[in-house]
Amino acid sequence: MGFDAGFSQALGARGWLGLTLPVEYGGGGRGPFARFVLVEELLAAGAPVGAHWIADRQSGPLLLKYGTEAQKRFHLPRICRGESFFCIGMSEPQSGSDLASVRTQAERVEGGWRLSGQKLWTTNAPRSHYMIALVRTSGTHDDRHRGLSQVIVDLAAPGVTIRPIRDLAGDAHFSEVFFDDVMLGEDAIVGQEGDGWAQVTAELAFERSGPERIYSSLALFDAWIAHVRSRAVPDQASVVLAGRLATHLAVLRELCVAVTAKLAAGESPVVEAALVKDLGTALEQAMPVAIADVIGAEDGPPAAAALMQALAYVTHVAPSFSLRGGTREILRGMIARGLGLR
Amino acid sequence: MPSPATVSPFLDPLEKLLSVHGTPAVVRAVEAGDDAGNARQAWIDSGFADLLMPEASGGAGLPLRMADELLRTCARRLLPWPLDATMIARAAFAGAGGAAPDGFVAIAPQTSVDADGRMLCRGVPDGAAADWILATVAEGAMLVPVREHRSEAVFRGGTVATDVFWHAQPAGTTPIPRGMDWMAIGACLMATRIAGAMERLLEMTLAHASTRAQFGKPLAAFQAVQQQLAVMAEQVAAARMAASIGMLAEGIEPDPLRAAIAKARTSEAVVEVTSIAHGVHGAIGIAAEFDLQLYTRRLHAWRLAFGTERRWQGVVGRALLAAEGPVLDAIVLRAAPPAA
Ligand SMILES: Cc1cc2nc3c(=O)[nH]c(=O)nc-3n(C[C@H](O)[C@H](O)[C@H](O)COP(=O)(O)OP(=O)(O)OC[C@H]3O[C@@H](n4cnc5c(N)ncnc54)[C@H](O)[C@@H]3O)c2cc1C
Repeated sequence: MGFDAGFSQALGARGWLGLTLPVEYGGGGRGPFARFVLVEELLAAGAPVGAHWIADRQSGPLLLKYGTEAQKRFHLPRICRGESFFCIGMSEPQSGSDLASVRTQAERVEGGWRLSGQKLWTTNAPRSHYMIALVRTSGTHDDRHRGLSQVIVDLAAPGVTIRPIRDLAGDAHFSEVFFDDVMLGEDAIVGQEGDGWAQVTAELAFERSGPERIYSSLALFDAWIAHVRSRAVPDQASVVLAGRLATHLAVLRELCVAVTAKLAAGESPVVEAALVKDLGTALEQAMPVAIADVIGAEDGPPAAAALMQALAYVTHVAPSFSLRGGTREILRGMIARGLGLR
Repeated sequence: MPSPATVSPFLDPLEKLLSVHGTPAVVRAVEAGDDAGNARQAWIDSGFADLLMPEASGGAGLPLRMADELLRTCARRLLPWPLDATMIARAAFAGAGGAAPDGFVAIAPQTSVDADGRMLCRGVPDGAAADWILATVAEGAMLVPVREHRSEAVFRGGTVATDVFWHAQPAGTTPIPRGMDWMAIGACLMATRIAGAMERLLEMTLAHASTRAQFGKPLAAFQAVQQQLAVMAEQVAAARMAASIGMLAEGIEPDPLRAAIAKARTSEAVVEVTSIAHGVHGAIGIAAEFDLQLYTRRLHAWRLAFGTERRWQGVVGRALLAAEGPVLDAIVLRAAPPAA
């Protein structure tokens, strides 16, 4: 996902950020379906939407739902103008899937909170203005779900250190973020102190339900289709594969729409979103494998370098599809709970 | 996950009829070649077969999309007669100015007539339980009586599909010339059957996992089992959505691309869904007296009927390659329901 602050600001100027946020906070006052349509087009065009993505998808709606009036007045218009970018501070070195075990601590002090600890794998941290972090505000990490809160951290504050981490494709999309006695104001808490776990669960439903969870490999798919179309007579294996992948995509897209309908109805479709995300990532991961298989079995002139490059890139990053936003096993556990098994 | 905007007023009476005349005992009897005359007559008399017929012909004039839930409900019980094909055939004949004779109609995926006028319909789902077979001949689609000139069902092979053979070209109804794509219709109906049967199969498997205990706890308590059931639920959700896409038609005939998507995706899900269902059930699932096998054998048969996933993936693939532009425009948005 490309990162281009100028592009995000241009979208904001068109009124295309914060589409679901109320007009009084600078938003579009539209429903989740309007956002779905817009986002689908942006993704299909491969637009560089990374800068505003997290703020638009989850931080904005989270603040709207749980934030104070002052927080909304301050943050939402900036998000809608493409001036404020957010990142997600959930994972830590010792807390991945077991998110409730986070150790980063916000301690009550005179005039606010003092934050210490570390976040990890934070996407876009160096280029974001704020992080919404899940931290412990009371008890110890044995208290699990109790005593967790979400706080807004100004990443320009003294005591915040961000170190980018290079990934296997050579990019540095994610980072580690250190908090060394960072002072947060009284108003740093989002929602109720101690309600962080419930809030983060609701936030993850936003994170998991969007069409981006089924379109990560779309550019590769389209590049490959162009390649097959360029052949005089496409081989049968490619025809069938093209149909199989398109069939899955068409069905997943409607499942995404069904989840969006639940969001639009004011529900928090946690289980449904997990189901669609797991199905979606399975398809996204199957694409590079299956496409490589048919390309590698072809006779005739080799595929264009750009296609092979896209294939290599998606092949390399594909494992992350079923890690970010909750691993395959964790999502399946949530589905099992939804089925009444646990 | 898709929920129809309104619950059909026909759903309640349908459920009632199924609970009496669509029991596993009836399913077993019909499969064994029994006529199950009482139950059969009750279904014919019920009028459900006329739901898609124009109101002017005495039907309810429902569009196909309104039959989605009803047919899935029948499939949950494995209704052993082809009510689905009968509904479409009756509506098609009425729409063409004719009338289908009473009785159940099964659609033949393939019909061949040899030089001596002998006719063979291969792999007809429910062919042995039907009164009429809808065969596509040169002049169009005609209904031919199953019991006339029939040799025996040539091939049963433990499935519910039958080859039907006539020694001479049978006298059937006047063919309807309208160019309906009966292969796509059959595929779409099979997709709906697969989705309905899978829904029930998932419920049965969840119930079994919650009641059967090993190592002192229910199977459902083991994470390895939970993860498999989650995968099964995902495949069932995808199959159900795919089938609903197939049935998204205002008339009685499915859109060919949507039907292809529906059959390809549901058929593909059959393998994993049946395999998890059997795995979680253990040996009891292999027992004939246990209902599980009624479902899994049919799911495999319906996967084959009117073409497996590979056939329909080929159809979708050719459509995608023949189109211009990205897959989103060429296939995905074309298959999506029209915006409300
Ligand atoms: C590209 C990318 C971007 C990311 N961006 C962000 C971000 O912006 N912000 C953020 O907070 N985090 C981010 N993450 C982190 C992501 O949320 C974590 O990777 C994820 O939660 C898993 O944690 P982990 O990597 O520590 O794996 P672990 O939790 O250590 O899991 C390792 C393996 O063990 C399995 N496992 C763990 N627990 C169980 C269990 N109870 N039962 C069965 N199996 C289990 C997992 O499924 C997995 O297969 C990002 C990750 C990636 C790859």
